[in-house]
Parts: sequence; structure tokens; C-alpha cells
Amino acid sequence: MPASPLPANPDPILNQPITPALVKKHGVLPEEFEAIKGFLDREPTLTELGIYSVMWSEHCAYKNSRPLLKGFPTEKKGASENFGRVLVKAGEENAGIIDIGDGWAVAFKIESHNHPSAIEPFEGAATGVGGIVRDIFTMGARPVLLTNSLRFGELTSPTVQRLFRGVVSGIAHYGNCLGLPTVAGDVYFDRSYEGNPLVNALCLGVLRHDQIKRGKATGVGNPVFYVGAATGRDGLGGAAFASKELSEESHADRPAVQKGDPFMEKLLIEACLEMMEVPGLVVGIQDMGAAGLTCSTCETASRGGAGIEIELDKVPQRETGMNSYEIMLSESQERMLVIVQKGREKEIEEIFQKWDLHAAHVGFVTDTERMVVKQHGITVADIPAASLTDAAPVYKRESREPAYLATTSKWTIQSSGLADTDSAGVKSGLEKLLAHPTIASKRWVYRQYDHMVRHGTVVVPGSDAGVVRLRLGDQEKFIAIANDCNGRYCYLNPYRGAVIAMVECMRNLVCAGATPLAMTDNLNFGNPYKPENFFQLKECVRGLADACNFFDVPVVGGNVSLYNESPEGAIDPTPTVSVVGFIENEKHVTKQFVRNAGEKLILLGGAPNELGGSQYLGLIHGLKTGDAPEVDLATEKKLQSTLLTLIKAGVISAAHDLSEGGLLVAIAEMLFSPERTFGAKLDLTAFGATRFDALLFGESQGRIVVSVKADKIGTILSEAHTSGISATLLGEVTDATDLILNARGVAAQWSVPALREAWETSIERVMARPGLAS
Amino acid sequence: MNIGVLQFPGSNCDQDAFHLFANGLGLPTRYIWHKDTTLGDVDLVIVPGGFAYGDYLRCGAIARFSPVMKAVAAYADKGGLVYGICNGFQILCEAGLLPGALIRNSSLEYRCVMCDLTVEASTPSFSPSVLGPTVKLPIGHGEGNYRIDEAGLARLEANKQILLRYQSNPNGSLSDIAGIRNEKGNVFGMMPHPDRAFERFHQSRDGLAVSRAVLATKFPELLAKTA
Repeated sequence: MPASPLPANPDPILNQPITPALVKKHGVLPEEFEAIKGFLDREPTLTELGIYSVMWSEHCAYKNSRPLLKGFPTEKKGASENFGRVLVKAGEENAGIIDIGDGWAVAFKIESHNHPSAIEPFEGAATGVGGIVRDIFTMGARPVLLTNSLRFGELTSPTVQRLFRGVVSGIAHYGNCLGLPTVAGDVYFDRSYEGNPLVNALCLGVLRHDQIKRGKATGVGNPVFYVGAATGRDGLGGAAFASKELSEESHADRPAVQKGDPFMEKLLIEACLEMMEVPGLVVGIQDMGAAGLTCSTCETASRGGAGIEIELDKVPQRETGMNSYEIMLSESQERMLVIVQKGREKEIEEIFQKWDLHAAHVGFVTDTERMVVKQHGITVADIPAASLTDAAPVYKRESREPAYLATTSKWTIQSSGLADTDSAGVKSGLEKLLAHPTIASKRWVYRQYDHMVRHGTVVVPGSDAGVVRLRLGDQEKFIAIANDCNGRYCYLNPYRGAVIAMVECMRNLVCAGATPLAMTDNLNFGNPYKPENFFQLKECVRGLADACNFFDVPVVGGNVSLYNESPEGAIDPTPTVSVVGFIENEKHVTKQFVRNAGEKLILLGGAPNELGGSQYLGLIHGLKTGDAPEVDLATEKKLQSTLLTLIKAGVISAAHDLSEGGLLVAIAEMLFSPERTFGAKLDLTAFGATRFDALLFGESQGRIVVSVKADKIGTILSEAHTSGISATLLGEVTDATDLILNARGVAAQWSVPALREAWETSIERVMARPGLAS
Repeated sequence: MNIGVLQFPGSNCDQDAFHLFANGLGLPTRYIWHKDTTLGDVDLVIVPGGFAYGDYLRCGAIARFSPVMKAVAAYADKGGLVYGICNGFQILCEAGLLPGALIRNSSLEYRCVMCDLTVEASTPSFSPSVLGPTVKLPIGHGEGNYRIDEAGLARLEANKQILLRYQSNPNGSLSDIAGIRNEKGNVFGMMPHPDRAFERFHQSRDGLAVSRAVLATKFPELLAKTA
């Protein structure tokens, strides 16, 4: 006999019959609806259907990606050094935590806010920052830095300019107000992101091991508090919205984009951290992010193996007449759920009073393992908590290699029939690449972000990685962080592209003098129901997992964003990677900028003969083809450890990773020091008879240019030789204003200040607003 | 000597200012809560940077009404030394402790950049002879565009109240003004951040000398000691 139905909802509109059309409108599949009825042993109410629809969306349940994510290395038995550092592993809590020694740890995670940003760029990006910051302080950590990873269509489009401006100012608005420095990031412009920009935001926080908090509801009778902003109708069903493809009608979804209040969040951070410092006061805590009150109650109950009962009348409300569906699904920002030790209610109330915030006692922990929601005393939802979380459906989607790969992967520069470049082509090639927004200086972006607040930024944005000094009690530690992902490589070879994202990110850290510790990822892909998209997702996850395993870097958390499509098709697969590294000694901090005239430039790594997937091929020949650049994990590992050894030995003045644009772009960027502009004289005649376009602009992996004092050349070459890394002397840094290139057969000369001007102001010139100062 | 750093809801450079004075200059430093109505024993009050009360209305417009600002006004009135940095400068202007106002940057964008600043001969200690002709300090603000009427500007010039001027104006400030003091010479305000220019790894460490110069207007022995 089925369970008896719930009483009528106080709002008659919620008592309408649940028709198949209504189920479909919630994005719930017929078979999922049957499963819901099975869990409840009756028909769901409309409130309950809404609750299931958001909790079973991709955003909350990872229903299409969960089986793949299991391939990520999150823990290892007989833990190696890095895996032994994992204190909270991926998927366990709101963010992963790793040990950084002496009883201290860092919590960090990256999360997307792509769809909200496409519709309402300012608020979408701003609340993306707010959400990830809450994920971090929920863990008990003091947030200390932000980074972000952005993707847009070609910047020539006025629509893209509007989105770009809105997203950057939204991130700036929220992060700056919180007083968190944005210390690193990456921005790419590519047609595939037109109409579906990517906005991935990362936050990192620090805490002592004994400060780690969990999102768990335990202890029958313990009171459940709601703290922070009042609930309104904004962001209604945002999680479900984020799991639909963008369409023309998406703009009618505007109420699904939340509005952020960074001031409220700042108060919430301070009040929550103060509350969590009180021994034994907080039993569990979780932010109300996607799916708001719904997600926080059922997840804490499910993790704690307990139940939760709440009364909606006690929930602070911004608007009158909100029904249970609206309150449960609202994604109003800056709210947290806290489970407090019974009998200590007054203590939490006093702390929130000090910060002029609400702390509302909305319910209590039960032993029923059910999430029970009441309004005016009437039960409006009564659901087994675990059915919303652990028992959410999981699908293994069909995977099919995209047809285009058969053509693109066969393309090589040798078989292409494209003529090699000449001296004039080399000259204009470098000029064009440096001015392309993907390669050009991102000063226009990061000067809008406060990157110095908290007075700990050691390396500001603009070098390979951001470096921050952490003040921990009476000691100091230095960490580095970088983001990476070249979606073009992932489009041309999903597996290898993902491997490259990972190894390049680590290479950036090593160039800054850091040892990589752990990784967080944001998987941005198209609709997984299309087998070609699922193939890309699957292969990229495999690539990241292999690289992480090989380098012994655990994945400590992340986010999946699917359905990134616009009417023109799916985005390039973009598994954004962010790695945190540890710098043993402040003296090891290294930047990409040469320091003195007379230094010698040396290339570590080879000079393969390829151009596939390069910016050069796209910009000069209008081609997005070929295979992703070669990458060899073993060589990469040798290269990175060799560089780190040299940095620790104190013989490296500057180190810069070769990435988009290749060798010449990297060298030019090294000359653009914030202190002054240098010249250089390059003699590349030592390189054999390769193609000049491939040599100068190819993007083969596993390469770094270092700048060293002349008397250190011997040390570098012999260390490289011992490690089996090729090393080639490229030339010398000069006091002159010219960059002079002489290779066997081509020669070119540039004015470095002119190159720098083009590189530095390229984005600013496009984004300048008539009549306004820059 | 005791340093007090105000804390408003939304202050976010309070810790930066604290460390500048406590660790950079080695002076006893403590926080003062915005709901406090007295300042206690204090020789310098710092009004730090941030977004006090969110600054949604107009920067400093709400903070000036907080209980602690009444105490700061009374303290300044009696000749106490007050030092506003960034949002603190904005609050002091709103509170009428410093002349003029700060509006949105002419770019309508937030700016976080390093600035070269010309030091003006304002007081015996805040002068090129002590600090050198220029200092380097970062800025980080969206509303640092200093405005004052013509007569007010003339008074600032005549009384040597201008402390620092931007060499390359980042925000549209009138007459490139980056920082000023009141006529009496005990209330200082500036948009640039000395509290981000004092650690060994910072791009500049001029924040130490600039802050010492502010303190030395009242405590000249400080200058002699560190010179």
C-alpha cells in the first residue's frame, strides 16, 4: 500500500496535478519520475518535484559525469608524498584540503558560472566569485586569494566585448569588495565560445588542521540555523537552469540569475569564521549555493546519516507571500546553514548580532534520515535525504569519436603544402601574435582586480604563476598558483589536450620556483547527450587522470559544467586546470622577466617540427587543424625537475614556459619586464634544417626558456645533459631597444618598445570607451 | 606610542594597516571596533581601506555616521593624529575632517596599479627633503577621483595641504591630487596604499617612510631615531 499523500499545500497553486508536461518542464525524465515515486512510495508534491529536479540536475548530481570522475586519482594507498597531504579529498565536502606543513593546510576549489554569465555577465560572474568563496570558508578556512579562468568569442565582436567587460567588472566588484586579491588567471578568445563564455572562479583559503569543518548534520535535536541574507525569488531554479543548453529563450530565464551582495558576504565570512573558532559550537556547516536551502539541508542530513526538519515560516524572507517551492528552490546569495551544538544557541546568536546579521533557528536534526519541510506547520515535503544525493541517477552516456578528428589529426605542416615563412613573415608573424588578445597582455583585466590587498602578493599577475606569502601565526609560507587549458588542443585531441593543460599548469608553477602539490579542475563541455561531446569529456578526464597519476598530483575537487553550447554548436572542450604549488624558500621565487643585460637565454627542451593547433596556424593561415602539440610525460617530468633543481641552486635569473605563440613570443614576453624593457640578440643557427614557422611559432610542449648570468651557462648545460634534457643557447639579453634574430636563412629585427606597446595595449584599445580616460 | 586601526563592517585593509604599523614600523598596534564610542589611549588613529558598509550608496557616506567616527572627530578636534588610507580617505572627506570629495575614477573602472608620486613640501616631515622628490605606492580603488571647488583648491595650495600628486594620473583627480592633510596638520588622507608597500617582497617599500612622515608631524623624534 502506498504511503498516504501529504496534506494540501498552503499555496493552492502548488496543489495542481503533476502532469507529464510539468515533469518534462522540470527537466526530469519519465524514468526518473518513476524512481522518485519509488523513493516516496507515492506521487511527489510539486514542491518535492522541484526539489528532485534541482538535486538531480547535472550541476548538483554530476549524473552524466560521475562514473568518469571516478578515474581521477584522489587518494592512494601507501600514500606518496603528495597524496599523503590530502586531508579532505575530492567529492567528500565542499572543497578539498591539503596539508602544507606545521599543522597548516589550504582549501581550494574552482567552480563555473558560465550560463549565468552568458545571460547577465556582471551579476553572473560576481555571484560565481561569491559562491566559490563560500565553499572555502564553509570548510573553516580563511579565504586568501582568488584566480579565474575566462573564455570568450573573438574580441572583435561587440557582443563579446560587452560580455568580457561585464564579466571582468563583475569579478572585480565582488572580489575587490571582499578584500581578496586576484593573483592569477587566464583568458582565451576563440570563436567556439561565442555566445557561451566560460567563467571559472577559484578561491583558496588557509586553516589549521584542527579548524576543518564538515557539512554534516549530526546529533539528534541539535538546532539548525539559517544565517546571512534573506531569501528572495532570485535565482529560482538556477541549478536546473545551468543544466540546459543556452537558447534564444534563455534570456527569458533572467530571474534564474542571482544578484550578489559582496558586503553581506564579507560580514558572513567574518561572522562564520569567528563562530567556527569557538570550540565545539559548530557541528556542521554548509553554504546555500546551487539549489539553496534544498541542497544544504539534504546534503548535510545525508552526509551525517541523519534527518533534518525545518519550518519555512522561520526562514528570513525578502518578499511576502513566497510559497514552499519558491523558498526551497531560491538561490538567493550569501546564505549558510549551520548545525549548532544543542544548548549553545545563544552563543551563535551573539556572534551574528555583533556583525548585524540574522541567525534564524529554522529547524533541528532528527534520526529519521528524511528531509522534512513544513510551512505554517503543514508538511510540504518529506523525502528520504539520501535519495536526493547518493541515490541520484547516474548515466553512462554513449561516446563516439567526432568525425572531424579523422581529418584534423592527419594534417601536418609537412603534408599541408603550406609554404614555410620567410624573413618578412617572421617579422609580421611575431607582431601579429603578440597583439592577438589571447597572447596580448591581460593588463586591462587584472588592473581592475585588486591583486595586492592582504599585502601578501609576491608575484603579481602577468608572470607564469601568481605567488603569495601566507602569514600563518608567527611563520610564513609561500605558495604559487596558476590556471591552464588550451581548448583548441582539446578540440584537436581531447586526451592529449587535457594532458597538456595539466603539464603546462605545472610547468608554470615550476617556472615560478614551486613544487606542484594538488590540482582542482573545472570540466567545461557541451551537451553530454551528444555522443561526440561525451567522447571529448571522457577522453579529457582520462588525460587529466593520467597526467595527475604520472606526476603524483592528487585531484582534490572540482566542478563539472556541461551543456556549454550556443546555437552554433558546442564549445571547444575545456577542462580548466588549476594547480597549487609550494615554494620551499622565498629565495626560489622566480619570474618570467629577464633581470639584466648580458644574461644568456637558453632553451630547455627540444624543437620539434610541428605547428598543429598553434595560434600561428590560426592567425596567419586561418586554420584550426592538425594534432595537438607533442607532449611526453617522462621528458616533461625530467624538464620540470631539472629546472627546479637549477632554481634552487640559485643559477636562474628568469624562467618562462613556452605556450601559445611558441618560442619568439616567449622570448619577447621575457623582455617586457615591469622594471624596464630589454633588447636581445638571438642566434638560432644551431638549429638544424627545420621549418622556420615550426621552429619559431610551433607550440610543442616540454619547453622552457631560462635567462642566466653568462658564467652560469656551463652549470645549466651540464645539468641539462646529466638529466637528458636538450639545452640550446639562444642568445643574449642586451641594453639595446632591438630584438635581433638571425637563424640559418631568415633574419629579422624588431623595436622591443614597439612590440611591447602593441602587446600591452591590444586589449585596451579594443575595450576603450569613447570619451573616457583609460 | 599606541596605534589604533578602526574596523568597520566591510573594512578589508584593516589587517594590512595593522601589519604595516605593528611589524613594518614595530609600534604597538590594536584594532578599534566601529561600535566603540571611545578610542582609548591612542596616538594615531588609522582609518583603513575597504568598502565600509559596502559603499553601495557613496563611499564613506554611511561610515561617517558610525559611533566610532564621533569619537574620531572629537579626537581630531583636540589635535589627535588621524591617517586615512583609501576608503579611510573617502570616509574622512565624507565626515568633513578633510576638505573635498572623491568620486568615481574617470575610467569608470577600478584601478589596481603601481603609481609614481611627487612628494609635496607639506609639513617639516612630509616633504621632499625627508622623503625624496618621489615615492612609489600602489593604488587600488574605483573612486579615487579627487574633487574640490576652485576656492578650496586655492586654499589647499596656499596652505601646502597637498601631500602627494600622481605623476601619471590614474583616476582623473583634480590637479593630480593623491593625498592631502587638513589645515591644522593633524588629519591626513591618501588614496595610495602605504600598507601595501612595506614587505621585503613588495615592489616598493616607500610605505614605511611615508607613514613615518605622517607620524613625525606630531612625533618628530621618530624621524631622528630612524634617519
